[in-house]
Amino acid sequence: MQDTSNILRLLSAISAIIFGSGGIIALFYVANIAVNRLPSQARSRILPWVYMTPALLVLGAFLVLPTIRTIIISFMDQRSQSWVGLDNYHFAFTNAAMLTAFRNNILWLVLVTGLSVSLGLLIAVLMDRVKYEPLAKTLIFLPMVISFVGASVIWRFMYAYQPPGIDQIGLLNAIAVSLGFEPIGWLVNKRINNFALITIMIWLQTGFAMVLLSSAVKGIPKDVIEAARMDRASEFQIFWRITIPIISSTLLVVSTTIVVLVLKVFDIVFVMTGGNLDTEVIASRMIKEMFNFRNFGRGSAIAVILLLAVIPVMVANIRRFQQQEANR
Amino acid sequence: MIPSPDPRSRRQPTLFRRLEQIFTTAPVHIVVIAITVLWTLPTAGLLISSFRQPDALRESGWWTVFTPPFEPGQFHLGNYADVLASEGMGQAFLNSLIITIPATVMPIAIATFAAYALAWMQFPGRQLLFVMIVGLLVVPLQMTLIPVLRVYSTLGLSGTFLGVWLAHTGYGMPFGIYLLRNYIGTLPRDLIEAAAVDGASHLKIFTRIIVPLSTPAIASFAVFQFLWVWNDLLVALVYLGGNQNVAPVTLVLRNLVGDRGQDWHLLTAGAFISMIIPLLVFFALQRYFVRGLLAGSVKG
Repeated sequence: MQDTSNILRLLSAISAIIFGSGGIIALFYVANIAVNRLPSQARSRILPWVYMTPALLVLGAFLVLPTIRTIIISFMDQRSQSWVGLDNYHFAFTNAAMLTAFRNNILWLVLVTGLSVSLGLLIAVLMDRVKYEPLAKTLIFLPMVISFVGASVIWRFMYAYQPPGIDQIGLLNAIAVSLGFEPIGWLVNKRINNFALITIMIWLQTGFAMVLLSSAVKGIPKDVIEAARMDRASEFQIFWRITIPIISSTLLVVSTTIVVLVLKVFDIVFVMTGGNLDTEVIASRMIKEMFNFRNFGRGSAIAVILLLAVIPVMVANIRRFQQQEANR
Repeated sequence: MIPSPDPRSRRQPTLFRRLEQIFTTAPVHIVVIAITVLWTLPTAGLLISSFRQPDALRESGWWTVFTPPFEPGQFHLGNYADVLASEGMGQAFLNSLIITIPATVMPIAIATFAAYALAWMQFPGRQLLFVMIVGLLVVPLQMTLIPVLRVYSTLGLSGTFLGVWLAHTGYGMPFGIYLLRNYIGTLPRDLIEAAAVDGASHLKIFTRIIVPLSTPAIASFAVFQFLWVWNDLLVALVYLGGNQNVAPVTLVLRNLVGDRGQDWHLLTAGAFISMIIPLLVFFALQRYFVRGLLAGSVKG
């Protein structure tokens, strides 16, 4: 009985995969056949749009239109029935829980960006000098492919707490106890729980920073470094006067990428503490307003604040892109 | 350019020099090894624990398995059997595959066609469209959740695989188009023009020249999108809701943390099951993953 239902599930899974993946490819072929029947003049004008339309449809349906709609909803009440002006924004900037979320988000932004970029750079520069670089890099990079949920379980285990007197099963508390301290409630102590969560993100993102910065460091021409060494520059001077300026644009890109990611951080807080004990961040607060309180107006206003926060990055990306195009 | 020889390599490696070298490089090795171990320990602890007996897991730290006497008998696969069968992780694993594979193939197909049009076809508004797509790269998903969920509820798409596939296709599209357009744009112009002169249609150029030459970029995007969808919690949480029949591994693991938070034998095994596919993809296709990272961030 159990076996047949599993086989049925597997069959429906396979047909779902074939249907979902094959459907889209079939779509293009059918469209192409249809366009080929047109006279060649019309064909060359229509064909680009045939190729573009599916992309434009999904971009419009899932990104552009919802974004506009969310901006509108953010000026309406919880069920989007009447206009409330700036009330939702007033709430967002005065409510105590929101202010905690803002404070925490700033903490996340500064610490995750600062520490993963500087650690990533340190590792990238040091790794350049050892023979087992590939293996070491792979191990540090590995957390990048672990989901936030998986990483949260890994660290929940690291932070596990047992009352004093019982053997600790969490590595960190075992170390604390062996050094003579009381076991620490990493996730419940309000003075440290935010830092405990931030550590997880640093663990995840350092590998990313390292990979990008390492490739930038390796791109520095060898003769520049050699020339500096001939002139008796110390390794320290070489790092600050040559390495940093040359890789500064990569540093900026890595930092902004991490900033955008951290602004949207949600999973770690959601899984580890559920936003309790003063660990809320903007994105987890938005989900709470949306799901738990069913207040779509406030949820949307919080989302718009997130969008406003990433606009500088968006502008910078577009500028950089246009420069690149000009250089082509 | 003549490669300048390393001045050190010309000298005789006397004992003193060798000692000097060991002392100057030792700190580097110590720091590198220390950081690497530090970064690996959390995952290693989880992996070792997932094979330990539930009682042992509750009573002692995982590092105690290394203290003699070493007994291979203390390890077992029972935790995996438990979490796969009774906690629904097996079904969730299947669901994750059902969600992830179409949600990877669909955006690849759509983005590659769009990227080709943006790179090699002439049409009005081409540049503006691409600039807009670059702008969309950083739009937070949170901006889209409420309106999309409402439409999904009306259309009956919430809680369905189709709904999640489409959503992931939309969310992955800006990065896909961006990455592929930049790559396809750098293919040699002569090649494409020669094919056009020979009377090849756009579709023929696309399938015979563009797609084969762009395999590295397509592979990069595929790895990214696959990992992104497999590891996603937010989209699944919002659009699949509480429907356990369609929940992916991330959602089931999250519920496990909420309901069985102290049952470490289930959590460790469950977490590792959720990680196994990303780890395999990572080790098999690390090259493409790194290339995608470099192309996605540095060059653009």
